[in-house]
Amino acid sequence: MLTNQEVAEELLGKYGDQVFDFEEPYGLLTLSTTREEIVSILDFLKEHPTYKINFLTDLTGVQYPDRIGKEYVVVYHLHSFIHNFRIRIKVAIPETDIHIPTATGLFACANWMERETYDFYGIIFDGHPNLKRILNIDEMDYFPMRKEYPLEDATRDDKIDALFGR
Amino acid sequence: MADIELLPHQVPANAELPELVEELTTLNLGPTHPATHGIFQNILKMDGEKIVSGEQTIGYIHRAFEKIAERRPYYQITTLTDRMNYCSSPINNLGWHMTMEKFLQVEVPKRAQYIRVIMMELARISDHIICNSILGVDTGAFTGFLYVMQKREEIYEIYEEVCGARLTTNMGRLGGMERDLSSTAVRKIKEFIKSFPPVLRELEKLLNRNRIFMDRTIDVGGISLERALSYGFTGPNLRAAGLDYDVRAMNPYSSYEDFEFDIPVGQNGDTYDRYMVRNEEMWQSLKIVEQAINNLPEGPYYADAPEYYLPPKDEVYNNMEALIYHFKIVMGEIDAPAGEIYHAVEGGNGELGFYMISDGGRAPYRLHFRRPSFIYYQAYPEMCKGSTLSDAILTMSSLNVIAGELDA
Repeated sequence: MLTNQEVAEELLGKYGDQVFDFEEPYGLLTLSTTREEIVSILDFLKEHPTYKINFLTDLTGVQYPDRIGKEYVVVYHLHSFIHNFRIRIKVAIPETDIHIPTATGLFACANWMERETYDFYGIIFDGHPNLKRILNIDEMDYFPMRKEYPLEDATRDDKIDALFGR
Repeated sequence: MADIELLPHQVPANAELPELVEELTTLNLGPTHPATHGIFQNILKMDGEKIVSGEQTIGYIHRAFEKIAERRPYYQITTLTDRMNYCSSPINNLGWHMTMEKFLQVEVPKRAQYIRVIMMELARISDHIICNSILGVDTGAFTGFLYVMQKREEIYEIYEEVCGARLTTNMGRLGGMERDLSSTAVRKIKEFIKSFPPVLRELEKLLNRNRIFMDRTIDVGGISLERALSYGFTGPNLRAAGLDYDVRAMNPYSSYEDFEFDIPVGQNGDTYDRYMVRNEEMWQSLKIVEQAINNLPEGPYYADAPEYYLPPKDEVYNNMEALIYHFKIVMGEIDAPAGEIYHAVEGGNGELGFYMISDGGRAPYRLHFRRPSFIYYQAYPEMCKGSTLSDAILTMSSLNVIAGELDA
């Protein structure tokens, strides 16, 4: 049985201060890293002789407009079937330089997940073989999941948030 | 040497021949094609009857669920989830409730968990019935499809009895079920357990060892385990390729650890194996339903969590506290704590995951659905490369890609 502690220590030993912000929300090991190291870490966990965390469960983006210099976060969920061990890795990137290396070289399934993240948030995955919109139309000129595009019509003044408990 | 006259096929190798021009045909399969069961567009490059390469265009029914979810109170998101995999919507609904229960640390009583298991397994059967019988239709066997549709109708009647709806079920509530299993529902479930096996056996008799069906499906649309893992396959499609990964067994939720069931595994990852795995899973699901209905525990069908569980109507009218909570829940004034969670259930097609980030408000800050169809459908061009068009249709059919889940 692989423990969070063990994997965290192994990563700390190998990557030092490049891995940080360790957490365990609901028992799932969560850590952050930089975009320079992310592909290396994914590869390390995938090729590790005993861990074999070789399944990319999910890849998605999140936007935090208030965190200056770390507006976007790309979240990777990985899974090791052998140890039934899950890990979540986050990479924060600034809005001014919204680039991150692609994981398509390691996982074939990253292809569409990265395209979806690009489609929603405009995060550019460097080295992606076919980075274009996937769910929305190609002509769309904005990234709809960003917080600056509210869902409801902002020009309506008859719907006051306070009246709807928000 | 005497002159020998050459026959046309004996023309020497160095003779001048007219130059052959290789030409590929571009074929637009979809977006609305009767054989693709949903809105899928594939732009295929064809060399005669063989597929050289393909590219999918998806997003035709993209409804921006993840964006909508950021404005909705937690209990209203359930209706978004059942529009994803509409062949097995209870799994999606209950999966979402379980995510929120885990997040809010609400303990659900055993009875509600067992009812959920029954509904989720019935949903799995209805999901697999569609996939397998449609696969038969695509090979030319229409009879079985119409025959098992009656059984799906019976499952839908059970849904109706439990939650009032048939397709977009909105089943369950955060903290339990919306009502207890009625005696009619119990009767219908028991009847189904009795009447389904003969029907499934006849479908098996029609297809399993059918020479035409076998010729059409064995070694068609295969994928190796290594590629399947790289492409993020889960569920029956991964198990057909040879790995026994099942969320129900690996990370049991909703009391799945109480039930005995086997995980069928294939070998070659081809269309026939996918068919057989789904077929066996129906038997296993039936076994689980039987165990759950026979051992259904007594007790309440919802958790003691008044701030999250929508109270029963008679309590709302007669009890001040229930009225207050009813109002607060319906108006979306119940805040969730800040935090993040990933929870997965075994959906009809594989690992259905919910990744939710809360900033402490009434609605999620970010909600991402891990839709199995979306992830494994990208392997489709690789799987049908070199096969004929008619085989490619079977491959897609056996992958059970659901358009609603694909596009979210």
